[in-house]
Order: sequence, then C-alpha cells, then structure tokens
Amino acid sequence: MFQRGTRIQRIIVDVLLVVGLLISIFPFYWMIVMSTNKTGDIYSVPPKLIIGNQLWINISHVLQSISFFQSFFNTLIIACSVTILVLFFCSIAGFTFAKFDFPGKNVLFVFLIGTIIIPPASSLVAIFVIMADLHLIGTYLPEIIPNMVPAFGIFWMRQYALSSIPTELIDAAKMDGCGHLRLYWNVALPALRPALGFLAITTFVFVWNDYLWPLIVFNTPNLYTLQVSLAQLNGVYNTDYSMVMAGTFMATIPLIIIFFIGARQFIANLSAGALKF
Amino acid sequence: MSTIGEITTTRGRHQTQTEDARYTPKSKLRKYLPLYLSVAPFFIVFLCFNLIPTLFSLYLAFQKWDGIEPMHFIGFNNFEYALTDSVFWQSVLNTFEIWIMSTIPMLFFALIIAFLLNQRKKSKFLFQVCYFLPYITSIVAITLIFGSLFAPQYGLINLTLQAAHIPGVQWLSAAWPMKWAIAILVIWRWTGYNALIYTAGLQSIPGEFYEAARVDGANTMNIFTSITLPLLRPVILFTVITSTIGGMTLFVEPQILFSTNGSTNGGGVGHAGLTMQLYQYWQAFTQDRYGYGAAVSWIMFFIILIFTFINWNVIMRNNDQ
Repeated sequence: MFQRGTRIQRIIVDVLLVVGLLISIFPFYWMIVMSTNKTGDIYSVPPKLIIGNQLWINISHVLQSISFFQSFFNTLIIACSVTILVLFFCSIAGFTFAKFDFPGKNVLFVFLIGTIIIPPASSLVAIFVIMADLHLIGTYLPEIIPNMVPAFGIFWMRQYALSSIPTELIDAAKMDGCGHLRLYWNVALPALRPALGFLAITTFVFVWNDYLWPLIVFNTPNLYTLQVSLAQLNGVYNTDYSMVMAGTFMATIPLIIIFFIGARQFIANLSAGALKF
Repeated sequence: MSTIGEITTTRGRHQTQTEDARYTPKSKLRKYLPLYLSVAPFFIVFLCFNLIPTLFSLYLAFQKWDGIEPMHFIGFNNFEYALTDSVFWQSVLNTFEIWIMSTIPMLFFALIIAFLLNQRKKSKFLFQVCYFLPYITSIVAITLIFGSLFAPQYGLINLTLQAAHIPGVQWLSAAWPMKWAIAILVIWRWTGYNALIYTAGLQSIPGEFYEAARVDGANTMNIFTSITLPLLRPVILFTVITSTIGGMTLFVEPQILFSTNGSTNGGGVGHAGLTMQLYQYWQAFTQDRYGYGAAVSWIMFFIILIFTFINWNVIMRNNDQ
C-alpha cells in the first residue's frame, strides 16, 4: 500500500511485530513453565524461567483437588451439543431468510438484527428463576438452550447464503419436487460449508470458555464445567500455583489444538465478518 | 418440516406463480409453513429466555425477594437504594475508568499492529495466529495466569521491577494498580483480535488513494490521519461498540483476580475492582437480594444503551466529510 520503505524501515517493522508477538505468547510460555515446576522453585529469587519436569506431579495434584475429568466431560458434552444445534438452526434460518420470500420476513429480520445491537436487559436472576420453574436446573439444558440459536449466527449465515447459493440451483431442485428440508440438506449445506466451519469454532470456543452463567446455573460439583472448576482451584487457601497452572494448561490445550486446525479459515472469516457488519 | 410444497425463491417468482396455478388446492399455510418453521427456533428461544425474562425482571425489580420468602411489592425502593448506594456508584465509576484505561490503549495498539502488519510484504499468517491466540483462551485461564504474574511478593512482574531497582507494585490490593491489573489483562486479550479486524479494514482501502496522496506530496503521518483513519471509521465503530458492551459487563477478571479464599467479594480491597456486573452478581447471588439484582440490571441496561448511543454519535459524526 505505501511505497516500499528502505531496508531499515522494513527491519523496524519486523522488530516491532516480533516484540508484539512475544508479548502475546509469553503468558502461555509462563503457564507451561509454572505447570512443569514446583511452586517453590517459581516463587523464589531468582525464579526458575525454564520448563521443568514436574508436570505429572502437578497434574496429579489437580486430579486430587477437583474432578477434572467429570468437568471436562460436562464441558465437552455441552460444547458439542450447542455447536451442532447452532450449526443446524442458524444455517437453516439463514438460508431461509436469504433465499425465500414469506409474509413478515422483513419485519422478522429487522427484529433479529435489533437483538444483536441492543444489549440484553433481562437480569441473570430472572432467567435463573425461569430455568428453575421449567425444572431445568440440575441438567445441562440451562447452558444449552439459550445458546443454541444466536442471532449473530443467523445473520452470518444469511450473508454467506446470499452470495454462495445460486438461485437457479434452488429453482432446479424445486422443479424436481424437492421439499424445503431436502433443499436445505442437498443444496444449501454443501454451499455453506466454509461459513459453517467458522461458526462452529466460534461457538465451541465461546461455550467452552463461558463462565458467569455456568457459575450460576451449575450449582452442584457434578455439573461444574471446566471454567467453574478451574476457578475453584484458585480458591483454596495457600494456593499451589503450579497446580492451578497445570489445571489451566489441561483446560486450554483442547482449544488451542482446535484453533490451530482451523486457524487459516478462521482468520479469513473473522476479517470478512467484521466488514459485513 | 419436510412438506413437499411450492417454495418461492426471491428471484424466481414468476416461475413459482405458474406452479401455484398447478397446485391451487394447496393452502398458503402449506406453502409457508416450512419457511416459518425454519426461522421459528430463534424467535421461540428469544421469547422464552430473553423477552419473558426481561419482563419478569422488570416485575422483580419492584419486589423485595430473597428467593425463599414470598415476594412483596416495594415500589421504587430497589431503584432508590441502588441510586443512593455509594458502592453502586463506585462500581459504575470503576467500570468506566477501567473501560477507558483498557479500550484506548487497546485500540491504539491494535491500529499500530494492523498498520505494521499491512506494511509487511511476506507472510503474515504466523503473526496473525499468535496475536489471535489470547482471544480464544478462556478469561478464567488468562486471569489465573496473570494472577500469578501480578502476585505481590514473587510475581514475575514485581521481581522484574525489583531487579531494575523499582519498588514493587501492590497489583492486587492497592486501588489504582488493581484497576491497571484488570486493564492490562483486557488489553492483552483483545488487542490482537481488534488488530485483525483493522487489518481487514485496511486491506479494503484501494491502493490508488495512497498513490494519489503520495503524488500530492503527503507524508506517512498525513496519509494515516486523512485517509486511513476516516476510511476505517465504520470498522473502528464496530470495535468500539464491541468493546463497549464487553467492557461494561466486565466480570470474570475482577471476580477471580480479587477473590479471597474462593468467596465472591465486593471487588477486592475498598471495592476498587468492583464492576457493575460483579456488583449485580454479588448483590443478587451471594446476598440473595434477587429483586435488587433485577433493578440493578435495568439501571445497567440504560447506562450501556446511552453510552453505546453516545459512542455511535461521536464516531459517525463527521462521516459526511
């Protein structure tokens, strides 16, 4: 975009970018250092700054303090169910909004956009009471149902469907007597696949990391999600920080793996999404 | 939902009308039902878990209720209590202070990173991935990591300061350092995300604009302020709106950073880290003042709405230039 600068200018740009990069990843390095050393070795002068060999001991302390695998399982079930539901509901609704006409469509769509822009006014208390009245407390459902069809997901799918599904294809399928659900399954879904990947990662990450609402609705230890359990680790008096970091490490690894698998597509989509806003 | 019926496509309308003639006996309901069923889930979930709770919390806001005893109507008492409670106002002030302390540096750094990334000819992918990593990590995990870095005696930050003969800072117990601790966390987590969005915005600015400016003798700074910034305005608006809603509902960072022995507190020593959302949670769920919590959520709603509106106007004001 600008005139290519001198060699020195380019070096300065690279140096600044590398400094930023190191700041971005240092806390992760520090998490690994802490979880592979004893707290005593880290909290001393001078502190140990390199990766040690205490990881298994720290992990075993984590497993003694919280039911890590139960929480892991809870989080996995919830995150997977929400992701699958979001993909289905958002893509079929987005496809329908993009490619079909029906009375009241515009009003419904404007309403949907409005819910994205206006912050929610309902208090956590009110949603909790309604969940309790529906006898949903004590199940995974209070986290699954409210998250299963986000307005932004529908908006995102509609934007993508508008440009990626040829109307002629829909017409042709319709001539063959294709119903709406089959049209969605055979024509829309294959075309929407790239956008679905992005929606899947964002949803999974969001649910995996959600903390405030699970803290309120999952009030028995057998329902705790990973984030709630992690926060509990930190609570005990005289915290063993190496253990806390080992737990954090174990809870973060799955997400980092998922992110690296889909990173290229994810970054491209994120940029596109911001410009569509 | 799998009704085999006529489906009207936006562009293929005339074609469908001929089909309509063939299938006249079929009712309109049959024709539109699959379409309505496809978009219905959002509206049902919104109704049940957003609209009804909103109305219910409006009702609750006028009740005194601890979740066990029957509710009783107390008029505007909850609102009056909140608006005259100095701790509540302190939480509002804290929220805004932390918002300013985090958002301004965050968007500034993000803009610089995006600008630098855009200057780079070679692959940006490695940088984008690493800058983005903080965003996908949970706030709980990040707060725990920073909690150890900020630890008063043996935290890495204070050890580094001491090595440079600068006195250590009480990050977790002195008023302003507590706010900075939260702000630093927010800046670290969100800068990369915003930088990536700005990068996309920068790439959409046509190269001819820059060339024309160069021909007219503009320097890099001129170009940045008179071409890059104005054209980025919609993207900047997007990032400011997102960080306003995020910053106004800040909760996890102070809740975990300043919790003592696992119990939820009023935002640490002297409530210095108490945010509006933490105040609401603290009052409703640890003090069992459910009606009061609902009133606080309504006050928060109006504060956020007004603030978003102001931001919108400030940023889009000179859009016609």
